[in-house]
Amino acid sequence: MIYREAGQYKTTYQADQQLFPILQDKIFVLMLLGFAFFAVPLLASEYLFRAILIPFLILTLAAIGLNILVGFCGQVSLGTGGFMAVGAYAAYNLAIRLPDLNLIVVFILAGLAATVVGVLFGLPSLRIKGFYLAVATLAAQFFLDWAFARIGWFTNYAPSGSVSAPALTIFGYTFESPVQKYLLVLSIVCVFTLVARNLTRGAIGRSWMAMRDMDVAAEVIGIRPLYAKVTAFAVSSFFVGLAGALWAFVYLGAWEPLAFDVNRSFQLLFMVIIGGLGALLGSFLGAAFIVILPLMLNQLPGWLGISMSTALISHIEFMTFGALIVFFLIVEPHGLARLWAIGKEKLRLWPFPH
Amino acid sequence: MNIFQQKWMTNALFVILAAGAVAPLFAADTRLPQWIEVVLGGLMSGVLYSLVALGLVLIFKASGVFNFAQGAMVLFAALSLVRLMEKMPFAVALAVTVVIMIGVAWLIERLVLRPLVNQEGIVLFMATLGIAYFLDGLGQTIWGSDVYTLDVGMPKEPKILLENVFEGGILVGMEDVIAAVIAAVLVGLLALFFQKTPTGRALRAVADDHQAAQSIGIPLNRIWVIVWSVSGIVALVAGIIWGSKLGVQFSLQLVALKALPVVILGGFTSVPGAIVGGLIIGLGEKLSEVYLGPYLGGGIENWFAYVLALVFLLFRPEGLFGEKHIDRV
Repeated sequence: MIYREAGQYKTTYQADQQLFPILQDKIFVLMLLGFAFFAVPLLASEYLFRAILIPFLILTLAAIGLNILVGFCGQVSLGTGGFMAVGAYAAYNLAIRLPDLNLIVVFILAGLAATVVGVLFGLPSLRIKGFYLAVATLAAQFFLDWAFARIGWFTNYAPSGSVSAPALTIFGYTFESPVQKYLLVLSIVCVFTLVARNLTRGAIGRSWMAMRDMDVAAEVIGIRPLYAKVTAFAVSSFFVGLAGALWAFVYLGAWEPLAFDVNRSFQLLFMVIIGGLGALLGSFLGAAFIVILPLMLNQLPGWLGISMSTALISHIEFMTFGALIVFFLIVEPHGLARLWAIGKEKLRLWPFPH
Repeated sequence: MNIFQQKWMTNALFVILAAGAVAPLFAADTRLPQWIEVVLGGLMSGVLYSLVALGLVLIFKASGVFNFAQGAMVLFAALSLVRLMEKMPFAVALAVTVVIMIGVAWLIERLVLRPLVNQEGIVLFMATLGIAYFLDGLGQTIWGSDVYTLDVGMPKEPKILLENVFEGGILVGMEDVIAAVIAAVLVGLLALFFQKTPTGRALRAVADDHQAAQSIGIPLNRIWVIVWSVSGIVALVAGIIWGSKLGVQFSLQLVALKALPVVILGGFTSVPGAIVGGLIIGLGEKLSEVYLGPYLGGGIENWFAYVLALVFLLFRPEGLFGEKHIDRV
């Protein structure tokens, strides 16, 4: 009843192609943005910012990047953690070697550095397909892990291999408190979600999707595989690298190469698949799910009044995590975003099903 | 990109790699016995990689599932065996572990594969990642997470061979030799099983074409249980050998990551590929670590295998022995 687009006529092409063709969607997204920018900073506690909201937003950005590659272009990658590391270390090196550079520029350049590395490791995708490619991208992951741990220049010859980011000062304004950091990350994520949305619904996004659905057929109708695949790797790596820089500078502060190991790659892949392949909304839902689930599982025994050793809790957490993933895949292999889409369809008909 | 497809390029690659393997011999400070030791060590560890890779290939052939849980199965089997051995003799514990692995295979087929039948490869792959997490957690919840030493009576002392040919002889770990023999026997048995028994034929039929196999009356579900059981038992053998070498501990599941480059190098669908791939990777890894490592700062073992496999893939995208895939619109 409330969610129905009857009577919303589109009289121009522009109106037909706008970002949110349905008025209710537009209102809903605006309200959500208003809530995130104004209400959340007033309501949320410091713990909520530090443990949930900031990691959620940054990982969402990385998941959007991975979703562009896996969900839109169909190239499975297990090297995401490595590309995040490229972003993080590029930002670190730029920030300490060129201290006068604006941090926003640093972040963008860090993303571009990840782009270059991503394209380099993406080139084999022209010949290698499917799971062969997935394993080949693991080469990137392990090589980058090794490079950042062993080559001293990247860590500015820090003896322990652990480095710490400089203060977050942009245009003379220092982001210190969790609320300020949250707003910074939120703004960046909003801007780049818009970029991703427009890329994926434009010509280039369509060529990615054609590549995903069937590369030979796409080539026959005139899409250049080289161009489509390499741009997907480039855009994806840019997002992932930017997220890596944010993860290091805003969330971690001080880090070592282990922060971006192969488990990070798997975590991001989980987010994209549980959230929904080929849906930007899925990256948000998946990231929220994967960030919140372990925290919930950690708290659960306490709430139920059962005392357990921490080792046992972590094992049970592993088990529950694995079981839930399998469960989700069985119930809805297309991810949480599909559930949302089904809900919307139902809502259009409600309460008159015919 | 056409240049990669030429046959002589592939051959040239092999020649270059072989030359790379022999090259250290001509360096001034290398001794022949030491080089032979490195080569033997590489081949031995290669056999062990093949064992894990074999489990992966078996499952991929029969059900098209890229089973990431193979490493977790190795850990789970080894943990079960080592804890059962505390309470009963080795033979009984081994039998009970085999039963447990078959039970795990049955449960996986019933609870995970059957509801997910006909899903895309990536979804099934993620499901095995979930299984891997679950098995890791379950194994450590039931059996505990300490480091256990697994002693199945393998000789620990290395032996010195060919003492009269070279000065100082060649040092060979007897443990490795026995492991290699066991692996070879296992591979032989599997080959017999696949080629000669009716079940083996059914497995190969399923691997070739699911639908055709089903239409001539081969029960797919039972075949999957069998395949997962067989790779569970292969995982147990791998677990015994790795476990007695390194101790049974959480890091054992990382051997699965070592097996991945082996599988893509050999081809996902080829049993001989898993073996040859394992040998090449083991050899390349050891040689590069010993002779190339010092120049690059050490620790290159972790990625060298992957990069080696990647270079191979550029020339042969289906791996060495994989089936050539022809795309049609």
